[in-house]
Formats: sequence, structure tokens, C-alpha cells
Amino acid sequence: MAQTLFEKVWNSHLVKPQTAETPAVLYIDLHLVHEVTSPQAFTLLRERGLKVRRPDKTLATMDHSTPTTPRNLDGIIPVTDQQAAFQLDFLTKNCQEFGIPLYALGTENQGIVHVIGPEQGLTQPGMTIVCGDSHTSTHGAFGALAFGIGTSEVGHVLATQTLLQSKPKTMAIRVDGTLQPGVTAKDIILAIIAKIGVGGGTGYVLEYMGSAIRALSMEGRMTICNMSIEGGARAGMIAPDDTTYDYIAGRTYAPKGADWDRAVAQWRTLPTDPEATFDAEVVLDGDALIPMITYGTNPGMGMKITDRVPDPDHLGDVSQKIALDKALRYMDLQPGQSLLGKAVNVVFVGSCTNSRITDLREAARMIEGQRVAEGVRMMVVPGSQRVKAQAEAEGLDQIFRAAGAEWREAGCSMCIAMNGDQLQPGEYAVSTSNRNFEGRQGKGGRTFLASPLTAVATAINGVITDPRELLERV
Amino acid sequence: MEAFSAVQGRTVALPINDIDTDQIIPARYLKVTDKDGLGSACFSDWRYNADGSPKPEFPLNQTAYQGAQVLIAGHNFGCGSSREHAPWALMGAGFKAVISTYFADIFKNNALKNGLLPVVVDADTQQQLISLAQEDPTSEVSIDLASQTLTLPDGRAITFPIDPFSKYCLLNGVDQLGFLLGLENEIQSYEVDHRDRINTLAVS
Repeated sequence: MAQTLFEKVWNSHLVKPQTAETPAVLYIDLHLVHEVTSPQAFTLLRERGLKVRRPDKTLATMDHSTPTTPRNLDGIIPVTDQQAAFQLDFLTKNCQEFGIPLYALGTENQGIVHVIGPEQGLTQPGMTIVCGDSHTSTHGAFGALAFGIGTSEVGHVLATQTLLQSKPKTMAIRVDGTLQPGVTAKDIILAIIAKIGVGGGTGYVLEYMGSAIRALSMEGRMTICNMSIEGGARAGMIAPDDTTYDYIAGRTYAPKGADWDRAVAQWRTLPTDPEATFDAEVVLDGDALIPMITYGTNPGMGMKITDRVPDPDHLGDVSQKIALDKALRYMDLQPGQSLLGKAVNVVFVGSCTNSRITDLREAARMIEGQRVAEGVRMMVVPGSQRVKAQAEAEGLDQIFRAAGAEWREAGCSMCIAMNGDQLQPGEYAVSTSNRNFEGRQGKGGRTFLASPLTAVATAINGVITDPRELLERV
Repeated sequence: MEAFSAVQGRTVALPINDIDTDQIIPARYLKVTDKDGLGSACFSDWRYNADGSPKPEFPLNQTAYQGAQVLIAGHNFGCGSSREHAPWALMGAGFKAVISTYFADIFKNNALKNGLLPVVVDADTQQQLISLAQEDPTSEVSIDLASQTLTLPDGRAITFPIDPFSKYCLLNGVDQLGFLLGLENEIQSYEVDHRDRINTLAVS
């Protein structure tokens, strides 16, 4: 029977199929762990006298509560927040006790959990990957089934390497066409979420397809899959192809020699069969896309950067009208207002959505020889220590510093603002991250989500700017 | 986990769509290593002024709603992050059930694993409950899990859906990990059957 990519991965990982009484039991190939959502799971194991069943399929890193401030003279990144320091120490202790490899703060492989998996070659097609983090959907860019889980489930996977899951439905998202200059993967996914809404994908696994998706680099595909959860979806996937295999080849944990040939042959069987069907389908015209930006307080409140802020009074649904009205009051924006020319305080380039080497290269190309506008703080936070080292080898850090931007240590930083990197109340930021919820980047802070190009163009002009105006610099 | 069978109690309404987990419990409170003590931080940014004083207009701060056990929320409650701190915070604030027209996926999973019951109702019922909570804070609803019934103050009984496995676990106070641990033989034979599959962490 014809199967989708999702169904192939799902079916090959069933320890026990779904029954009328119980959900399916799914085998997990790779479990990624970080300091914020794991402590209570390790405590549970300890309380019940359980071991980690497969420490050889488990990897931990530190990213969420870690400072991105400079190293001291000993090369150490000091953690001054006592609560964060305790949480990080607890992860170290847990990894030692349970035999889990750990990329500790400041060490050469440390970084955002969804950046390190792919860059190490750990993320491969056809795998099941979970992490106590909703942006685990990122790894779906490789044709893996990857999704975020809660802390109870982190405990389940630590103890049994399996997870109880009800089978999701499937949604095809087709984007054909050729992206215009200045339009990026980020704009595609912001347009998709604006179309389906923050709950539109709930209960589904999305598969992104079409010529505009095929043309993207792996980093671009990761940006798309990363934000699947912002449409409410359990996961997002893209069928593997030569772009995928070229990215994986030669990485630390990639198969080598005969194992590589066997792996690629198996990966080539994964794409959705031509006759397979989906439970839902959404179509987007890639040719018609232009840079996108959000205006509200969830990622579904997005528009073309040249559009005007919508008017709550034009919405038929009362609850939607209330939600938009509340969002505009929080953002201090007026219906009908253009965001172009709106002054911002901070520009943040980073997060598991847009902190990989290609993101930083694009950003650096646009800002090279320019200055960050007076009064604007621009932070560039590489996704991992490896990305940071690569960027420094290419001189990108010098370009950012020369422009007046801050070049920082790797981590989640101002995307989640729990490490001290945060907006002040009332401040506006253009951010390459994934969430514009109230207070997400600091209590009272106001976030416009956009691509790295839009972020840099805005940093240069000090006001929200359509990056296509500055394209001659790229 | 404690068994959950029924709740009878007063309600409080937050009739806002798409309430995300960053509102339920802001990220700065996630630097903890246990589950306790998060109740006071629940809805922190909506609940307190910059100086830490409670905002009098926020329903959870109002005397009439103290002790409410059932939260009536707008559509798509709990969207956003996977933080299980969200149900821990809601339970810490005294809630035993949340009623909405729609719940985000991960939040619903997390809630069910902690004995916080997500109750899905149609939009008319939701609206009726919101009005009731706002007009008469003393009115009570009752929720019976075994019969999957929500009973409104006017006596109207409404059936709500829940997956049979979560229902079984909640009613019996059984945690889902126990079920998975009982599958050791199946897990072992799966691993044997798939021993040729590449374990990416073991390759280098």
C-alpha cells in the first residue's frame, strides 16, 4: 500500500501498534536532553530505582539557561545566576550518574540542541528523534520523525527508549515556484503559519513539498520544519534527497564506507509514494512570496512586510477580534499602520530557527561595511560553538563587530530570555527567532519575527526595513 | 500519580484565544529542578504589576474567584512550548480541570500525565460557562471522569471526549511509565529485530 514519508517512519518504529485501549508504543532512535526540561525526569528515575535504558542513544547539551556573555581569562563562561548554575550542575551530575554523554557549557560541541544534532551528523533520515523541547520538529528537515515531548515523557524515554503516541493525521504543504531575491525559508514558514493559524496544524504531522522546498539548503529546510509547532503541528518533515545526503556526508557521526552506501540506499526508499494520500493539503505560491513579518503576539499574526496591520473591526469572529485587539494593545500598534519605518530598539539574530552558518553568512554579507544604526542594539548569537568557530574562521565575527553588533557565545539567548539576554519593558525587537508571545523575549518586550535579512536591514536603518531595498549589498 | 475521579467546584474564566505556555508560566521561572512552588508564578505577567503587586482587574486575583478549581479558557489553550511546568503551575494554583473548545497537542498530553483534566466542549457551552463564571462566581460545575460528563449549574449534562488509555490511568492513579516498563519483552525483541539499524551516536 502506498505510504507517506511519515507513515514509513511511524510504521518502522512500532514496538506495539495502537489498539482500542492503548496508544501506539513508538521506539525512539535518538533522545536529546537539555538542562531545563530534564531535572524532574532524572529525579523520577532515581525515586523509582530505574536506569537510563539506552545511554548510547541519548545526548545532553546545555543551551536554554546558559549565559552568552564572554569567557573569562581562564576560557570559562561564568554563570552568575545561582539558580541557573544549580540547574546546569544538576544536569552534569545526572549525566555522570546515568552515563549520558554531555556537551557542557563552553566545550567545543556545545550549542542549541536543534543545531548540534544535525551538525554532528546525529540527525539522519528515517529516525525517530525526541527532546523535551517543542522545536524538536527542526530535525524533520532530514526526513526524520522528530517532535517535542514533556518532562514526564522525557522520563518515559530515558527509562524505556519508547513513547506512547496516538497516531497523528497527515497534512501536505506544497510550495512550488522560485523565491524572489530577498525572500527566504523564514518567509515561507511565516506565510504558512499566517495561512493555517497557530492551531491549524494541531493533530497533524506536516510534510513540506514542492519545488520551492526542494531548492532550499538543509539550513533553510531546518528553519521551515523548526516552526511546524508554531502552526500547532506535532512535527514537520521533508523528504530526504541529494541535498540531505550531501549535508550529512563526512560529519562526525555520519555512516562511513560501506555503511554509508547502505544507509543512502535505505534513505532513498523513504520519500512519500506517488499514490499516497494525505488527510489535508495546503498550497502556497512560492513565486508570489515577499518578505514576511509578524505584527501581533503569536506567530500566526503575520503579514507581508508591505501590508498594513489588520483591523480587529474587520474580523467576523468575535473571539478573534478580541485576540487581535489585545495583541495590538500589547504591541502598541494601530490598525491600518504600516510597519515599514517603525523604529526598533533591538535586533536579535539567533535561535534554533536562524543561527546556523548560512544564516550568519547571509546576515554578514548584508551588513558588511555598514553600521548598526545609532541607538539600536544588535546581538548575533551563533547556534553552537562549532558554528561560532566556523564563523570566526570565515571572519564573520569581525564583520559583525565592525558594524557595531555584539558577537556572543552560543545558546538560546534572547529567543527564550531566561539567561539574562532580554528586552526591557516596552522595547521593540526584530528577531529571527520563532515566538512573539507576550513577554517571550523579556517581560513587556515586543517582538516582530522576521528573516535574518529583514533583521539586518532593520539594524542598518534603525527602522523596520524591507530587505529588498538593500539587496545590492548582498 | 493520585487517582482522579471527579471534581465539583467553582470556575474562573480567561476568555482569551491561543493562551500560550509562556503566559501560563513565563520562561524565567523554568530554572527550577522540581515541580513544586510554581503556582504563585502561574499567569505571572498578567497577574502582577512590575513591583510584584497583584493587578486587581485580573480574575485570579479577585476574592470571588479564590479557590476556583476549574479554568474556562479560550480556543487553543496551551499552545507554544513543551514545558510541563505549565500543568504543574496550573495545578499549583489550585486547578484540577481546564475547559476549552480546543487544546494544543503537547499541553494536553502533559496535563493528562499529571492529573489536570482537559475538557473539550463546543463553543456554545464554552460561552455559557464564561458568562456564568463572570456573572455568578459562586456557581459550580461538576465533572465526572468515569461517565465523561460535565454538569452545568442548570443541570445540563454534557459528554466530553478523552482517550481510553488516559482515562484508565487517571481513574486508577496509574502512571503511564508503569505500562511502558511492563513492555520490556516487546521492547527487547524490537531491539533484536532491528539490531542492524544504525545507532548514530555509536558511529564515529
